[in-house]
Amino acid sequence: MIDAETRRRIEDFLLDCAWAIDEDELEAWPGFFAEDGRYRITTRDNEERGLPVGIMLCEGRGMMEDRVLALRTANIFEPHRYRHILGRPRLREAEAGLVRSDSSFIVMRTMQDGRMDLFAAGNYRDLLRVEDGRVLFQERAAVLESRRVDVLIVIPI
Amino acid sequence: MSAPAQPGDIMPAWPEGGVSRVPYRLFSDRDVYALEQERLFRGPVWNYLCLELEVAEPGDFRTAFIGETPIVVARDETGELHGMVNRCAHKGALVCLAERGNRKHFSCIYHSWTYHLDGRLRGVAFRGGLKGKGGMPEDFDPARHRMQPIRVETFCGLVFGTFEPDMPPVEEWVGPTMAHFLKRNLGSRPLKVLGTHSQIIHNNWKLYAENVRDSYHATLLHTFYTTFKVNRLDMDGGILLSEGTPWHHISYAKRATFEEAAEYTEAQVHSASYDSKLNGPELLKTEDEFDDGITHSVQSIFPTLAVHFTLNSLCVRNFVPRGLEETELVWTYLGYADDSEEMTAMRVLQANLTGAAGLVSLEDGCINEFVQRGTRGSGDAAAVLEMGGRGLESSESSRATEVSIRGFWSGYRGLMGYA
Repeated sequence: MIDAETRRRIEDFLLDCAWAIDEDELEAWPGFFAEDGRYRITTRDNEERGLPVGIMLCEGRGMMEDRVLALRTANIFEPHRYRHILGRPRLREAEAGLVRSDSSFIVMRTMQDGRMDLFAAGNYRDLLRVEDGRVLFQERAAVLESRRVDVLIVIPI
Repeated sequence: MSAPAQPGDIMPAWPEGGVSRVPYRLFSDRDVYALEQERLFRGPVWNYLCLELEVAEPGDFRTAFIGETPIVVARDETGELHGMVNRCAHKGALVCLAERGNRKHFSCIYHSWTYHLDGRLRGVAFRGGLKGKGGMPEDFDPARHRMQPIRVETFCGLVFGTFEPDMPPVEEWVGPTMAHFLKRNLGSRPLKVLGTHSQIIHNNWKLYAENVRDSYHATLLHTFYTTFKVNRLDMDGGILLSEGTPWHHISYAKRATFEEAAEYTEAQVHSASYDSKLNGPELLKTEDEFDDGITHSVQSIFPTLAVHFTLNSLCVRNFVPRGLEETELVWTYLGYADDSEEMTAMRVLQANLTGAAGLVSLEDGCINEFVQRGTRGSGDAAAVLEMGGRGLESSESSRATEVSIRGFWSGYRGLMGYA
């Protein structure tokens, strides 16, 4: 049973993570994860077929920091920003202190010239660590509905 | 046979300089694009369709494309593989809507015409009419109507198809150098799929065909390669072109031979400016799998296939034209069926290097679009491809060359009717 207070904390946490990305505070993004947390982007097709290679995979905060650093200093792409719209999470208790959360998202992408598109839609399949009133991702999988990505993904979803 | 390009033909005149010049118009001309469908894709080439393991069992089918033409590959009950245009012989509707599956026969949903797995017509709904009225004419002969067949052939786990009846076998067509390397990467052990996704890139398909052959840009644009010494031009490496028509290529590097060249720092190239250690170094944990020292390779097979093997990450890339200025780049990551768990884990992590979010490759999602946009309104202007000379010789000691792009254009010119 997820109590109302825990639900409220989780909903705020999920919102804060999306806002950090949308407001370009990407350096804060790995901090939403446990030190050994896992982040991946994959597709519904891969998930349903049980295939392990998706579109992005970070095992541990270090790989997330590398992604952010690469985005800031190395990768070349046309500047763009996201706007996440989140659905209310479905919450379920998982093993020892973990909460399983599923929530729908859509991501609108706006390019530097003003072009705006529906960039991604899908389900966040999250495993959350809730301890002492603090929430962290133990695992987050952004499962995209479509197997097609328009142009590229460099900003985490 | 296609007619050769003549002055006044819809193909633009090629500027002086042969394959060292490429008219920009080829990337945005609607008539050229339409003619490519006929002369090139439906012409004398083998087109990559799918993996053999996707159609392994009797009844398995997989849809694919040759240029824009929809194709279906199917294995019949006797185990024989067939290829046909995915089009009903009645009204032209797509017969197979699913990308893959298993069927006893095909059935067009429009009017329930059914087909055997080899494309022969099996049944016509209401052929005899209803209650003695209507129906097909007496002399309607089902044997004269079928899904249009194409030739298919399997090589190293890859299924190829062609509209040309007189093609030599795939192995002969790609030539010994290409065949040897395909066998090294794909033909020695049974394969398994680790994952797949695709990327819509907003450029003509030929810009990606150039890009994947472009060893000159790889370590300049793609910082990650350079900084983390995955692939640099100051490692031993080279470019091998196919015998005969040099339209297929292999670019390879040997990581153990790295000796830093001053040019990377002196030229102040963007890619050498990112100086950091990985916080997640497990990403580049690798294991040697071959005894030839090659740790990175990209191989292209004309017109729309590439295979890369970067460290332990093996992937088939198929770039499918989806219109004049749109291409779908499909990434299919592979391992070997008998891989250990540790090896699979390495391949899974190293898949981060490529694909739509590839630390190395994501720039290619937009760079070709920048060319597409940059060449609008360019009139008769042409690209200059003189790096490594103007010829078509394999470059076994340097990859600071555009020879494999010139090789692509030599093949293209031949098919499209230039002398």
